[in-house]
Amino acid sequence: MKKEFRESIGQAVGNATLTGALGKFSEAYKVNRAKAYEGIDFEALRDTIAERKSHAAANLELLADTFAKNAEALGAKVFRTNDPEKVKEYILKVAQDNGVKSVVKSKSMATEEIHLNAFLEKAGIAVGETDLGEWIIQLAGQKPSHMVMPAIHMTKEEVADLFSKEVDERLENDIPRLVKVARRELRAKFLAADMGISGANIAVAETGSLVLVTNEGNARLVTTLPRVHVALVGIEKLVERFDDIVPILTALPRSATAQLLTSYVSIISGPTPTTDGPLKELHIILMDNRRSEMAGDPKFKQALQCIRCGSCLNVCPIFRLVGGHVFGSIYTGGIGTILTAWFEELHNSEDIQGLCIQCGNCKEICPGKLDIPEMIMEIRRRLVMEKGQPLAQKAIFGIVNNRSLFHGMLRAASIAGKPFNSGGFIRHLPLFLSDLTDGRSLPAIAAKPFRDRFPAIQQPADCRETAVFFAGCLIDFAYPEMGEALVKILNKAGIRVLFPEAQTCCGAPARYSGAYEVAAGNAVDNIKALLVEGANYVVSACPTCTVALAHEFGDTLESLGQREWLARAKELAEKTVDFSTLAKRLVDAGRLTLKEGRQLGALTYHDSCHLKRTLRAVEPPRELLRGAGYEIKEMFECDMCCGMGGSYSLKLPELSAPILRRKLHNIKETGAPVVAMDCPGCVMQIKGGFDQDRADVKVKHTVELLAEQLES
Amino acid sequence: MYEQFKARAEGVGAEVYRFKDRDGALGFILPFLHEEGGADAPRSCAVWAESPFLEGLDREPLREVAGIRFEVSRETAADARIGITQAEWALADTGSLVQDQTAVEQRLASSLTDIHIALVPTGNILPDKSALLSRINPKTSRYIAFITGPSRTADIERVLTIGVHGPERLVIVCVDDMGGAAR
Repeated sequence: MKKEFRESIGQAVGNATLTGALGKFSEAYKVNRAKAYEGIDFEALRDTIAERKSHAAANLELLADTFAKNAEALGAKVFRTNDPEKVKEYILKVAQDNGVKSVVKSKSMATEEIHLNAFLEKAGIAVGETDLGEWIIQLAGQKPSHMVMPAIHMTKEEVADLFSKEVDERLENDIPRLVKVARRELRAKFLAADMGISGANIAVAETGSLVLVTNEGNARLVTTLPRVHVALVGIEKLVERFDDIVPILTALPRSATAQLLTSYVSIISGPTPTTDGPLKELHIILMDNRRSEMAGDPKFKQALQCIRCGSCLNVCPIFRLVGGHVFGSIYTGGIGTILTAWFEELHNSEDIQGLCIQCGNCKEICPGKLDIPEMIMEIRRRLVMEKGQPLAQKAIFGIVNNRSLFHGMLRAASIAGKPFNSGGFIRHLPLFLSDLTDGRSLPAIAAKPFRDRFPAIQQPADCRETAVFFAGCLIDFAYPEMGEALVKILNKAGIRVLFPEAQTCCGAPARYSGAYEVAAGNAVDNIKALLVEGANYVVSACPTCTVALAHEFGDTLESLGQREWLARAKELAEKTVDFSTLAKRLVDAGRLTLKEGRQLGALTYHDSCHLKRTLRAVEPPRELLRGAGYEIKEMFECDMCCGMGGSYSLKLPELSAPILRRKLHNIKETGAPVVAMDCPGCVMQIKGGFDQDRADVKVKHTVELLAEQLES
Repeated sequence: MYEQFKARAEGVGAEVYRFKDRDGALGFILPFLHEEGGADAPRSCAVWAESPFLEGLDREPLREVAGIRFEVSRETAADARIGITQAEWALADTGSLVQDQTAVEQRLASSLTDIHIALVPTGNILPDKSALLSRINPKTSRYIAFITGPSRTADIERVLTIGVHGPERLVIVCVDDMGGAAR
């Protein structure tokens, strides 16, 4: 990670205005968005959008042809190119042919993408942004920090200063007054401009129409007042049919700003009449700039389903801390990281891809059904393929890939770490090893790992089923008591627990760092170890491990072409289940009985990212805890990441720490003396947080809480 | 349908009224113009773009109302405080108006003025966008405008502020029997 990048993160997190504004907005957004979607089947809607947009992405060439033909039939001039330089030359030529001296623009990210303003200004043409936020940014000489709210990082005081300079008059910090000033100043520019440049939110092939969505009304003026209209459209905006605009217009405003519809939607089909007699001159530029290439990439073609609502930014725990400028490019946030890797160059995304904590919030709400975390992971993988892994990381994963060496070092650490052990806290294990290499103090490791305790556990002889327990590094070496609790619970349900000693790291840390070969090695070792004949389940009490076993082994192996293990990976995936889901099934089947009539008091529940968003286990742990006698008091943003994010808490502590603080605050606000969760990683993070915070809140894994409440 | 439309349109800051016929609507519009225009206002009171509402109407008495202009140009519209146009459709689910604004006068009168008065036949309120789509044809309607509430921005500190580049008030006048030429 480059030094300047680290500094820009530090500055952003330290900027109270920015994090305050974004934090407030993202908190309100969640509530408002839910309200805007009332009565709408979001899943069905986004299925439709994903289907229409992916269909368009798969037929870009044909759609672009059809669009051009239909728009030209109406009298528009259509220009197609893959090359951003050609776009700029074309626009300049149109301007020169028409004697254009001034241009007004209505928000077009595509023009930002090719840095059009600077180019036109160099040629002596005045360019005025007309979207209020964009104009503020232009006056400040900055770049937009959000796709939908470009100036969200600025205060009204800063805006008042900027405007005061512009109109040469001291203005107050009154927002409605400032907006009036903008209206007055920009009105003159609109009326005087010779050319209007816009983007388009949708381009319809069937009719040659452009659809523009705004709230301020600037797009209406940009496309109406000047003699010439140039629309710069990225080809990912193409849809096939006119009625494809319905689902997009339904989702876009709701997802972007929680509105049912923006104030203005304009559908422009061909040149329109002007007041000066002849029809307006309309030029439509269909710009590729690697979009077709993206459409042909199996991992990234889904990115073309994006409708640019920016909701992935609105729900991102990282974005709300740092804002868009840290991303250093035109497109920001999760989707921005992906677009930067393509529209600029892969290595330009090297630093920003590391910002993603992989919590999956964005994937959950994306109206285009993009799996943004997965694509960012793929960027990570390709970066590693291209540049190799950092040396220290390589050393660590070399160890993780050798189980006996890895476990031997963990054991050694438990002894070596003793003098430094404060309150029993450790770091995520593969990174604990990175601590070793950094020569930092050693974290606490259990004196006796689960694998050494297991043989001594007395299990009943008459069990009717068997389950293979996958402990994962954290339970095995840091929280063995969680493993013991799990065995106790399953035994009560008549399940005998097996613990194959050859099991090793689930590979998630390697995979999430882009080291797929290492992850594949881990996958094969575990497949060999865990597929025990006759076992009914493979169970884990760590959602990250469960996701690795149930979803990722196959994908990792397949991406490396190691097909010989795929069938067994699938077999393992089918048997794998997370602890709470299995326990709930056993309770429902009457095989486990929780003590009746207990009143254990209030408890709040923290949803771990992988458990909620990949494994979709939201209710099972809650129902189990309720059944045990706890009263669940839901916390605000119960499913927001705690900041652990695997190795994230170590790699980017300046971001992880404020995320954790927010989580601790939300937990305390419930007043519950206990917080439960299903992930040992979250336990470690939140327990560690409360240790420093000194608040008297017990942090427990669901498995521990339940083990205490079983009928014997 | 009208009630839902009214609730949704008012929810985004539009003002919605309903009248039986053209006379009822005129009985609302003319005093409104008088009130908003002011006798000694330096700027013209209103531009009124051609519409079915005006067809067959005796405009002479209207011309006597201070400052109504039926000639809509960049200059008159930029100078007007009020613009009056007629929308063909309205959508109940989002409280939107939908208008064929191919004629530039419709766009100028509805986008450059401070107050936009939009007439709409009550019977043309449709449930949603899907119901609308079969009724509009982009090949013949070159500029289709959806208008939902007044112009707004939240670009400074996320504070919702009404009236940026477009009108700061949207006054919707639903007329049950529009008269004029049937559409």
